[in-house]
Amino acid sequence: MSDSTLYLVTSIAVMALVTYMIRMLPLAVFRKKIKSQLALNFLYYVPFAVLSAMTIPAVFTSCGESTAAMISSAAGFCVALLLAYFERGLLTVAVSACAAAFVTDIITGLLGIA
Amino acid sequence: MYLAQVKKALLTYKKGYIDGLPIALGYLSVSFTFGITAVGMGIPPLAAILISMTNLTSAGQVAGIEIIAACGGHIEMAMAQLVINMRYALMGISLSQKLDKKYSLLHRIISSFGITDEIFAVASGQDGDIPPCYMYGLITLPYIFWAAGTAAGALLGAILPETIQAALGIAIYGMFIAIVIPPAKKSRGVLAVALIAAVLSCIIKYVPLFSGVTSGTSVIICAIAAAGLGAVLFPQKTGEEAAANE
Repeated sequence: MSDSTLYLVTSIAVMALVTYMIRMLPLAVFRKKIKSQLALNFLYYVPFAVLSAMTIPAVFTSCGESTAAMISSAAGFCVALLLAYFERGLLTVAVSACAAAFVTDIITGLLGIA
Repeated sequence: MYLAQVKKALLTYKKGYIDGLPIALGYLSVSFTFGITAVGMGIPPLAAILISMTNLTSAGQVAGIEIIAACGGHIEMAMAQLVINMRYALMGISLSQKLDKKYSLLHRIISSFGITDEIFAVASGQDGDIPPCYMYGLITLPYIFWAAGTAAGALLGAILPETIQAALGIAIYGMFIAIVIPPAKKSRGVLAVALIAAVLSCIIKYVPLFSGVTSGTSVIICAIAAAGLGAVLFPQKTGEEAAANE
């Protein structure tokens, strides 16, 4: 094995091991039901907080950093918000957001916005 | 008797498998982009695929290939992964409260590999406790599509027109939005938590004081602060009832 291959393989191994441990240990350790009401409320809210923080503001540059790309991203975001409000499924919302971004990109292209 | 149990397990697996499909399709576009990015940085396609098959995480993998491309050390790699992926520990603790009695230590050790933002979100949105079969079903398609998308991006990414590549970038966020909005309509607490997290995330991103904060750390800070405030200001009756109210 060459030095660069060895480096690549060991790096990937370190990466995978650390990521797995972070996932595995809490699930293996917390085997009893938590009793504290405050802790349960906190854990109930965690997924919504995580997803919201990951989405905003990242979604607005999800199609790229240019003005046109940000307009496309914003269009996709609005469509996703609207469809999610009317409780469409995950796939419908995701695909429609992509389609809206794609169509907006074509329109801004025709209008000459970079 | 035994046959009936197997049948029930298969049905549960199938339910998870189907619930995993939208996640998997969302992953396809993200992993495709990852494959293109990795090869663009000089990572061999096989290594890019191996990374996706052993890590199953977006932000962590992007940080990982950046470190490899810069020939960074193993300690740096371990620290970066620890910080960026620490949110999974939080999700793991949250999820540990929703696992049913069949969830033995072995099932926990195996299925924890598949905890991602989206799989966690869909699993925690389930009514009642989660059996291992459901989790395995839920993980199946996203895992396959994550690896396949990476392979496709790494091997033939250059073929796809740039406009389509760009539009695919929003898929994963569309999915996040579809998970958060419906419960936010019904629960003021969820709405408040989501808004607080979004505002904090913007502050960390745009206020120069916080420019050194990585995206992974930002998610941890926002999650702890927003969920903490939500727990104090908008207490639900019990965790179980809260889940059932969705």
